[in-house]
Amino acid sequence: MITLFGKVLLQLVFSYIATVAFGICTNVPHRALNACGLTGAAGWFVYWLLVQLDLGHMLPNLIGAFVIASVSLFFARMKKIPVIIFNIPSLVPLVPGGVAYRCVRALVLGNYTQGIGFAIQVMMISGAIAVGFMLAQFVGLRRPAKNS
Amino acid sequence: MSEQQQSSELLDTCLMAGRIMIESGSEMYRVEDTMNRIAQNAGEKQSITFTTPTGIFMELGDSGAVQIRQITSRTINLEKVEHVNALSREFAAQTINLGQLHQRLASLDRDVPFFPVWLQIIAAALVSCTLMIIYGGYWQDFISTAVIGATGYAVFYWVRDRLNISYLNEFLAAFTIGLLALIAVRLHLGRSIDMIIIGGVMPLVPGVPITNAVRDVLAGHLLSGIARGMDAIFSVSAIGVGIALIFRFF
Repeated sequence: MITLFGKVLLQLVFSYIATVAFGICTNVPHRALNACGLTGAAGWFVYWLLVQLDLGHMLPNLIGAFVIASVSLFFARMKKIPVIIFNIPSLVPLVPGGVAYRCVRALVLGNYTQGIGFAIQVMMISGAIAVGFMLAQFVGLRRPAKNS
Repeated sequence: MSEQQQSSELLDTCLMAGRIMIESGSEMYRVEDTMNRIAQNAGEKQSITFTTPTGIFMELGDSGAVQIRQITSRTINLEKVEHVNALSREFAAQTINLGQLHQRLASLDRDVPFFPVWLQIIAAALVSCTLMIIYGGYWQDFISTAVIGATGYAVFYWVRDRLNISYLNEFLAAFTIGLLALIAVRLHLGRSIDMIIIGGVMPLVPGVPITNAVRDVLAGHLLSGIARGMDAIFSVSAIGVGIALIFRFF
């Protein structure tokens, strides 16, 4: 029980730190940094939870992106800041950087079949994230948007 | 002021806002929205915009005036996007007039404070080591990943500042990361070279531009999506080649 709690806490804290730190690299306004971190942690936590439940990679990515986009919309309306400022840093834990790396590595070492498999996985994950965002925009549009 | 001068100033202001937003990595629909909104709030009933990542066009319906701006640099600077958005809001609320808006945009373009370089490098170190752990890396690699990620980002930043060659900074940074990861593993300072490299390149990989490109295409901005996607693919390839050299020769 304690180890499980520790694991969950570790995921939350580290995804929060990673998002805030990436926000610093992309020059996010100071007053948005904390909200960015919370958004990133929420998105990654949902993704991680679903992966632990053995749901593959596409669905967790889609739902993770959906959560990020929804939370971003919420903060964007609250603070009156463009939604992209919360989206970009929060997505960093989810983006398929690791798979893209394995793809390049396989191609360089001559394992073309494996490399193409990874490349297709990268495209599918990007697509899943994009679809998650679109779904959140649908939901967000139904409420009155106030120039956010 | 004659009508022609006035519409020329308005066009110039709108295009400057649009250019700053695209250069700072904003989404296309927001750029068009902001430009049209500024025109609308200045009393133009109809305006037409056409935006691509390399150039923007705008026509004011009443006078038929058209202007073009070229866009040469594309980075990510979210604070600028926020500032343009805030200025557009102030203009809509009529707390500033067109002249002031133009002036503020010009000064915004020149100097928006970035976070200091040392803080960005520390941030890159944090991105690297925390992501490495939550991707399932080993705790023994924690410190070496942080150091390697920071060094990679420092190289990336330094080369971008000194040499104006596209994709060279990504390539050299990735090469440095790969080389240092190899050295770290050989010296038994780290355990998994793959996880160290994945963590180290995370501050550099254009995962977000790739996702944004897909979103642009899905939103109907086909040109922007393809152009930004191409840019992202070239960055990925530059990083990939940098890492690949390490695996090929060592």
